[in-house]
Amino acid sequence: METAISAEGLRKRYGDHQALDGIDLSVPTGSVLGVLGPNGAGKTTTVRILTTLLEPDEGRAVVAGYDLAAQPRQVRANIGLTGQYAAVDERLTGRENLQLIGVLLHLGRRGARARATELLERFDLVDAADRQAKTYSGGMRRRLDLAASLVARPPVLFLDEPTTGLDLTSRLTLWEMIREQVRGGVTVLLTTQYLEEADQLADRIAVIDRGLVIADGTPDELKRKVGGERLQVSVAEDTDLAVVTRCLAGVVPGEPAVDLQNRTVSVPLTDGMGTISAAAAGLEGLGVEPEDFAVHRSSLDDVFLALTGQQGRTPAARQARRPGQPDPAGPAEDQAAPHTIKEKQAV
Amino acid sequence: MTEALSDSFALVGRQMRHIRRMPEQLLGITVMPVALVVVFGYLFGSAMQVPGEGGYKEYIMAGIFAQVMLANITTTAVGVVGDLNNGLVDRFRALPISRSSVLVGRTVADAVLVAWTCAVMAGVGYLIGWRAHNGVLRTLAGFGLLLLMGFAMSWLGALIGLTLRNAEAVSALAGVVMMPLAFLSNAFVPLDGLPGWLRTIAEWNPVSAVVSASRDLFGNERGTSGGAFPAEHPIPTALVVLVVLIAVTVPLAGRAYQKAAAQR
Ligand SMILES: Nc1ncnc2c1ncn2[C@@H]1O[C@H](COP(=O)(O)OP(=O)(O)O)[C@@H](O)[C@H]1O
Ligand SMILES: [Mg+2]
Repeated sequence: METAISAEGLRKRYGDHQALDGIDLSVPTGSVLGVLGPNGAGKTTTVRILTTLLEPDEGRAVVAGYDLAAQPRQVRANIGLTGQYAAVDERLTGRENLQLIGVLLHLGRRGARARATELLERFDLVDAADRQAKTYSGGMRRRLDLAASLVARPPVLFLDEPTTGLDLTSRLTLWEMIREQVRGGVTVLLTTQYLEEADQLADRIAVIDRGLVIADGTPDELKRKVGGERLQVSVAEDTDLAVVTRCLAGVVPGEPAVDLQNRTVSVPLTDGMGTISAAAAGLEGLGVEPEDFAVHRSSLDDVFLALTGQQGRTPAARQARRPGQPDPAGPAEDQAAPHTIKEKQAV
Repeated sequence: MTEALSDSFALVGRQMRHIRRMPEQLLGITVMPVALVVVFGYLFGSAMQVPGEGGYKEYIMAGIFAQVMLANITTTAVGVVGDLNNGLVDRFRALPISRSSVLVGRTVADAVLVAWTCAVMAGVGYLIGWRAHNGVLRTLAGFGLLLLMGFAMSWLGALIGLTLRNAEAVSALAGVVMMPLAFLSNAFVPLDGLPGWLRTIAEWNPVSAVVSASRDLFGNERGTSGGAFPAEHPIPTALVVLVVLIAVTVPLAGRAYQKAAAQR
C-alpha cells in the first residue's frame, strides 16, 4: 500500500452552508500531510469524515487500505484520532484513561496495563499517571490525548489542530512526539492554522479554504510559488532609488520590483550568493550606502495570504500587500486577489 | 455480541469510577432515598389511612421504589447530554468497538446505581418496619421488576437526552414527564378516594401497574382495584409495558445517538 489516505471529491453541506465543496487529498504511506486553513475552512469536517465519525454527502475515500463507506470498522482498527478538543475522561487518571482504551481494544487487562505504562513513559506523564486528568495542564492533556490515540499502534494518525492553545514549550514537545511517530513509520494527517507548524512537520501541505483545496505542494514549492527568496535593498533618499534600480537590473534578468513609498527595490535571488555579491559590489562601486540590504525569504504567511486573501499570523505580511503598492513578492501579485482561485492549482 | 457486552462492561466500570470520585453524588443516591423512606414511612405514615394490616409503611415502599426508578429518566438523560458535549464520544466512536456500547454502558451503569439505591432503601425500610411476606423468590422478583422499570426509564431518558441535547431543557422536560407519572398513580395514595375520571387515568398509568405488581410480589396490601384490566392483572401488564417500552426506546435511542454524535 503506497497511499495511506486518498480522498476524492468529499462534499458536506450543513443547511445551506457548503462546508466541504469537493476535497481531494492523497497522502503517501509514511509521510505527513499538513492541512492548512483558516478557521471554518473545513479542516475538522474533513478529519471527522476520514475517521468515520461523519458521513460525507458525496465523495469517497480509502484510508489505510480500506474503503471508508464499505469497511468503516477496518478503517477504525487502523487509525488513531486526536480531535480538536482533548478527548480525555477528566475524572479518570491518566493511567485509567489509557487502560480503558486498551481494554476496549481487547488488549486484555494485563496487555492494557502494560501498554498504558509504556505510553505514560513515552509521553512524559509518569509523575502524573495516577492523578485525575482534570488536574492536568493543557499540554499534559494534549499529550495524554495523543497517547490515547496511539494505544492500538495505528499505522495512520489524524491530528486535528494538535497544538492550538498550547504555550511554546508544550508545542515544541508535542512536535517532537509527533516526529517520533513519523520516524516509526506512521502516516500522519495533521490540520493546523499555524503556518509554522505545517512548515515544521509536514512533507506536503494542502491549503484549504471554504471547503476547497486551493493549493498543495511541499512547503518549499509553495514558497517558491509566491516568489521564493528575494534580495531587498532600501535606501534613505529618493534620488538613490533610481540608481539602485538600474544597478540591480544589471545583476539579474528581469525587472526589479520597486516600492516607492518605502524606497525599496527587490529582485529574485536567481543565483544565490552570486546575486548578493554582484549586487553588493555594484552598489559599492556606485557609492550608494543602502539603509537596508537583506534577503527576504517568503514564508508560508505569504503563501497563505496570496492564496486565501486572508492575513496570516505575521502583520508584516499584510503590510507588504497594501493595494496600489508594488508587491515585493512580484510574481505572486496576480494571485493576491481574494478567492479568485477556484480550481486546484498544480504546483 | 459478546464483544459488545465486554465493551459495555468496560464502560460501566468507567461510570463506577466516576461515582467513587464524586462523593457528593454517592451521597445523593444514598441519602435521598433514605430521607424519602423516613419522610413517607414515618411522618406521613401516621396520618394516612390505608387498607390492610401493614399500614402505610408497607403500602408506601413499593411506591417509593417506583418513584426512584422514574428518576432514572433524568439521571440518564443528563448523563447522556454530558457525554455528548465531551470530545470523548468522538474518541469512542473512532475505536473499532460496537457503537451501541457507549449507550449500553451508560444505561447499565445507571441501573447498577439504582440497584444500590434500592438496597439502601430496603434496609432502611426494614428498620422502620417494612416487611415482605412472600418468601425470597417473590421478593427478588419484585425487585427485578422494579429494576426492569429503572432500566426502561434509563432508555427513555437516553432518548429524551439525545433528542434535546441540552442539559437544562432535558431536566425541565424530564420533570414534566415524571410528575404526572408518579402522582397520577397509586404510588403514594390508594386510588379509592379519587374522583372517577382521575381514578381511571391512574388505573391505566403503567406506573400503577408496576407498583401494584411489586406490592403483590412483596405480599404488601395493594388496596381494592377498580376493575380496569391493568389494575386486575398488574404483573403481566407491567411486564408487557416495560418490555415494549424497552423494545421501542432502545433502537430509537440508538438512532438518535448516531445522529447526535455525528452532528456535534
Ligand atoms: N455541525 C455543524 N452544523 C452546522 N455547520 C457546521 C457544523 N460543523 C461545521 N460547520 C460549519 O462548516 C464549516 C467548516 O467547519 P470546520 O470543519 O469545523 O472548520 P475548521 O475545522 O477548518 O475550523 C464552518 O463554516 C462551520 O461553521
Ligand atoms: Mg476545526
